[in-house]
Amino acid sequence: MNNGTMVEDSVLLLHAAGLHARPAVTLTKLAKTFSARVQIAAAATGPWVDAKSVVKVMGMKTPARTQLYVRAEGDDAAAAVAAVVKLVNDDFIGGPE
Amino acid sequence: MSSAALAPPRTLVGQTAAPGLVLGRIVELDERAAPVGLPPVVPLDEAIAEAVRQLRALRDVTDVTDDADAQRLIEFQIEFLGDPTLLEPARAALAAGADAATAWCRAIDAQIDDFAAADDDYFRHRVGDLRDMRERVIAVLTGGSVGALRLPPDAVLLADDLAPSRFLATDWRPGQAVLLRGSSPTAHVALLARARAVPMVVGLGDMVIEPGEWAIVDGGAGTVALAPDGAQRADFARRRACADDEQRREAAAAARVATTHAGERVQVMINVATLDELDGVDPAICDGIGLVRTELMFAAGPPDEATQLDFYRRLLAWAGGRPVVVRTLDAGGDKPMPGVTVDGETNPFLGVRGVRLSLAAPELFKVQLRALLRAAAAGALRIMVPMVTRPDELLQVRRLLAQATSELAAEGRPFASAPLGLMVEVPAVALSLEAFDADFASIGSNDLLQYTMAAARDNPAVSALADAAHPGFDALLRLAVKTAAARGLPLSLCGDLASRPAHVPRLLAAGLRSLSVPAAAVGAVKSAISEWR
Repeated sequence: MNNGTMVEDSVLLLHAAGLHARPAVTLTKLAKTFSARVQIAAAATGPWVDAKSVVKVMGMKTPARTQLYVRAEGDDAAAAVAAVVKLVNDDFIGGPE
Repeated sequence: MSSAALAPPRTLVGQTAAPGLVLGRIVELDERAAPVGLPPVVPLDEAIAEAVRQLRALRDVTDVTDDADAQRLIEFQIEFLGDPTLLEPARAALAAGADAATAWCRAIDAQIDDFAAADDDYFRHRVGDLRDMRERVIAVLTGGSVGALRLPPDAVLLADDLAPSRFLATDWRPGQAVLLRGSSPTAHVALLARARAVPMVVGLGDMVIEPGEWAIVDGGAGTVALAPDGAQRADFARRRACADDEQRREAAAAARVATTHAGERVQVMINVATLDELDGVDPAICDGIGLVRTELMFAAGPPDEATQLDFYRRLLAWAGGRPVVVRTLDAGGDKPMPGVTVDGETNPFLGVRGVRLSLAAPELFKVQLRALLRAAAAGALRIMVPMVTRPDELLQVRRLLAQATSELAAEGRPFASAPLGLMVEVPAVALSLEAFDADFASIGSNDLLQYTMAAARDNPAVSALADAAHPGFDALLRLAVKTAAARGLPLSLCGDLASRPAHVPRLLAAGLRSLSVPAAAVGAVKSAISEWR
């Protein structure tokens, strides 16, 4: 964690079923398109989990109306955080196939 | 008296699933145990990669527009299995010297426990997917057979329930029996137990029996006598000797052509789900195969055309010119299938099952139809469609058959047309058989009965209501027989009812002259036919 700046943002998860199977798959697939290390958390204080791991993301069992925190570190960190936030705002439509 | 010191004698009452008398000792099935005695043929990483390949193949044959949910579920499984995080606990276990299957179970069971404990339904419901992944990978690791059990020769296996694939993978021997706390006499595993003549009692409810305790299982009565005393053991020995005599008489009856007391010929065919069920069965005891269940072939994902073709050809070869009636995939209802059936239906028995599912996934269905048409070139194959409700469903199947036919012709592959029939399971169909453009029909009595009596066949609490002697059910049967006779439509009955000798007189009285039963029941059914006047 010592090269590059940490970028952080947060977004309200509105998806009715929470961060369940399909949104989790879409989110991890999107995160994997960035070289930055991307993490998400359900609280500002963490615990932070690897946004590229569907096992970890599903394991959070995040219900709807949770404030989701996104942070990234690496070359394309800013783009990664923006893309994840946009995906959640767009109700998980338009992620990579 | 030594057994009395262990525990006092007591008797448990369940429901009969498969007849037979056995004295043996209780072995409890630990559902969470890794499969035992199976060599780790494939390293874990390769097994995971193969499981992912199978899922991708499954995804590619699932129609996106028609079955988006199934696609998403498969996609989820692919991503989950492909996530290295999943295998972290397995790596630790492997490093500690565990075999691949044990290591895999440790990793996936941790996930299953985690999701099973979730507050939210959405997450709890993923447990089914995780179990699918668990079984799929185990199947790859163990060379295709899911969780074979290795049991002592006098084992009375006690379990909550038993997966049909696991039952089939296990090499059952005479002297063994199965007790299930749940399940029902019409569950798939019960059908298989009857076919394999493994005594089975189901619906015993929640109870605890000490492993190693002696038990006399009476499959026919649905009772279990625990810690039997001397008198009970002597009684068992007497009845066992009688049963052996009867078995010899039935074997003799099986070899004869079935005729009623008045000399009227009755066709007796057999029901089959796997080739190994035919081991040791003489084709001469039957008039052909009246029902081939194809679901088990799909248990580890849809088989390709060549695999299916091989299966159908082997059945035809065994039958030696006798007809073989193959039922197209009958998934759904109480037979969910990973990645194929629809998850989360509130009432799967009234949902997307049988031909409804096949027509919703025509590409998957067409693979089966192509294999059937190709096999038909090798013998008297007939195609039977389950869960038909409206005449247009059968017409849609005919159109798909026509498409498959022109494809095969264009490819220059040998094929032959095959008679197309329907299962009579929906009461509305039994009431209107004249409306269907079919070459033959067969009554699926388990489903026809459950739909007529509004009593789910997977619910032990209402199984007494699934009463085949009800005048309403009898009237329905008689009407179907009459309509079929008037139209010259060959009508058979391939449900469970036909295999119970006590019900045979009722079916003959209703006018049926063709029955299809498990091979193990042929002798008893032919005896019952010969006594009917």
